[in-house]
Amino acid sequence: MGSTSAPNNEGLGRRDLIKRSAALGLISVPTMSFLSACASGGGGDTNTDKPKGEITKDNPFGVAKGGKIDVVVFKGGYGDDYAKAWEASFNKKWGVTATHTGTQEITGKLQPRFNAGNPPDIVDNSGAQKIKIDVLHKSGQLLDLAEVLDAPSVDDPGKKVRDTLIPGTIDAGLQEGKVVALNYIYTVWGLWYSGKLFKEKGWTEPKTWDEFLAICKDATAQGIGGLAHQGKYPYYINVAIMDLIAKTGGLEAMKAIDNLDPKAFVGSDAAKQAVEAIYEVVEKGYLMPGTNGLEHTESQTRWNQYKAVFITSGSWLENEQLKQTPADFDMKFMPMPLLPGSKMPYEAIRAGSGEPFIIPAKAKNLAEAKEFMRMMLSKEWSTLFAKEANSLTILADGVDPSVKLRPGTQSTVEASKRAGTNTFRYLYTEWYSEMDTEIQNASNELMAKRIQPAEWLKRAQAAVDKAAKDPAAKNNRRD
Amino acid sequence: MRKGQYTFVTGFLLVPVALYLVFVIWPYVQTFGYSLTDWKGQSQDFSFVGFDNYAALFEDDVFLGAVWHNILFLVFVPVVTILLALFFAFMVNAGGRSRAGGVAGVAGSKFYKVVYFFPQVLSLAILAVLFGAVYRSDAGGMLNGLLLKLGLIDADQPVEWLNEPDFVLWALVAVVVWHGVGFYLVLFSAAMQSIPRDVYEAALIDGAGRAQSFFKITLPLLWDSVQTAWVYLGIVAMDMFVLVSTMTSGDYGGGPDHHSEVMSTVMMRNFLYFGKSGYACAMGVVMLLLTLIVSVVTLRATRRERLEF
Repeated sequence: MGSTSAPNNEGLGRRDLIKRSAALGLISVPTMSFLSACASGGGGDTNTDKPKGEITKDNPFGVAKGGKIDVVVFKGGYGDDYAKAWEASFNKKWGVTATHTGTQEITGKLQPRFNAGNPPDIVDNSGAQKIKIDVLHKSGQLLDLAEVLDAPSVDDPGKKVRDTLIPGTIDAGLQEGKVVALNYIYTVWGLWYSGKLFKEKGWTEPKTWDEFLAICKDATAQGIGGLAHQGKYPYYINVAIMDLIAKTGGLEAMKAIDNLDPKAFVGSDAAKQAVEAIYEVVEKGYLMPGTNGLEHTESQTRWNQYKAVFITSGSWLENEQLKQTPADFDMKFMPMPLLPGSKMPYEAIRAGSGEPFIIPAKAKNLAEAKEFMRMMLSKEWSTLFAKEANSLTILADGVDPSVKLRPGTQSTVEASKRAGTNTFRYLYTEWYSEMDTEIQNASNELMAKRIQPAEWLKRAQAAVDKAAKDPAAKNNRRD
Repeated sequence: MRKGQYTFVTGFLLVPVALYLVFVIWPYVQTFGYSLTDWKGQSQDFSFVGFDNYAALFEDDVFLGAVWHNILFLVFVPVVTILLALFFAFMVNAGGRSRAGGVAGVAGSKFYKVVYFFPQVLSLAILAVLFGAVYRSDAGGMLNGLLLKLGLIDADQPVEWLNEPDFVLWALVAVVVWHGVGFYLVLFSAAMQSIPRDVYEAALIDGAGRAQSFFKITLPLLWDSVQTAWVYLGIVAMDMFVLVSTMTSGDYGGGPDHHSEVMSTVMMRNFLYFGKSGYACAMGVVMLLLTLIVSVVTLRATRRERLEF
């Protein structure tokens, strides 16, 4: 669940499994011959990568009219309508016809093509069956995207593309110092509520923890749960706990956890304050009844039915709940409320990027692919994405204000504008999955009142100390 | 045997044996090989660590807890399923009131036989969804809804069945038993029908009641089937992966806080999620050994003289 792309919860059917394993068997035989072809000194074919069109300021890669582009997109939580809209726009501007593939089987469809040396031109390499980026990079299959990032921006040719992006968002695609994947979707995490419910009850967005508790109290008195969380996946309540720690103790408190500090939890005032605050919600009975055992969709749907005021989640929530959300629900995002003495302002949010787009180094239409990616980072295409997939992109201020977004997405636009540079992002979830799981287990116990905050801190610290014992932990460090 | 017959038979066996060696035996050997390394599952560089993984296993509380849960399943799943299946099978086949010296099942026994078999046609995935709704932790759950209507619980304090350390294992046992009883009922029914009527009639004439005819006639003559059922159910109890990983909380299930963990869920989490693939292979080897031991012990312990009739 800890991924920035929308969780795709469609399971793998038995029949599919059999079909796929049969397919894999079929693939693996020809793949072997390709591999051996590679091993026996391929590379004889020279890459005919000279631009076909004239290179101008508006056409930095030399795209020729009437060309082709082969686009493969992961069709998961965000669908693939946005890519179709892009392709139509690309055709209109350049007269380039796109071959579109929307699929969940990225590995199954692309591994043979990479091995045969005829990969597509641009790929959204995402989902459960994505091809590992580091593996592709190490086998020399990925184009260094610096060329695209240093090209002039579509909206403002005086600026480089990389300077139009939200700071820090391209780092997620770094491999050995090169950006080889463009993590395109911008995700924010925090609390969500219904604007309609707030208006009805006369509540306003709580900026402090006391105000938050007051609303929970008022709601509980009226038979509405205060806070809902997706109990079966303690990942979600950890969003609340960890955000509170970061906002209370500042970036130092966050880095202490990522860097496996011996005082990351036990001995950290921010952590103590944050966990005690969350436990107060449990102790005072402000949780939505039964929320601790619910699936994420069950819990979110209950919240959509006004059975709880707040819920924790990332910004994929609106798209995920599209069908369950009443038309007048008015979904709203808000940052975690502040505890007394917080080092970060109320507006600070957890934010990061996901959904990696790559350009294969051996793509047949490199110029078109690079231009396609450049246009992805234009305001027009970023807006198209926001409309079709109800999510933001890493383009700073990337949505045309004249476009009417869904209310939840609109509120994340405003929240990230207000946050400015006050954003943070934990990395321990990507680095130490075992530690993450152990902290999640402890949170599950805390929410069920089976352990107290002091015990939670002890268990979380034990998880950190255990992770620190692994010699490989030295390779990960942030300053 | 006639000349050439061996070649003929061997010719047929060659392919299946080769397939078995390649797809069953060779992976076992490979797993054992990997279990002696610190393999991380993503690439082929790893180093040999001897029996370190196995030594670590015996200090891993989560894994030892999982073994204990498997043992609990191993005891309760077969016992409860077989007892219920035997009881129902007896009632359906020979439990009715005797009419004019005949032996028959209770009224409507044909209907019951079909109904009891229904759960068996559901796949485990559907079962998980179904019982997810039964055990749902808020007032929308079937059990909680029922208890609420009866006024036994408060709407603000629903029972979080699968999130209660004391309930979760038993909730899972109930699912497996519900699923399995129908199948073993049919199995035992078939075996019971092959018991000659006159044996029962003779017992009836001698004045045997239901209980006596069950313990003195039915059970001894059914022993082979019971033994088979025990081995199958034992294997189910050693696995439990699908239900635990889908119904309980945590990555690959096992929650709350490892209270429903079984060996296979711990193994999968270590293999795929934590990147400790060599360690997970060691768990796989231990699972294989334990399953083998359980099968052998069950077959030995239930071995009896075969009764001819």
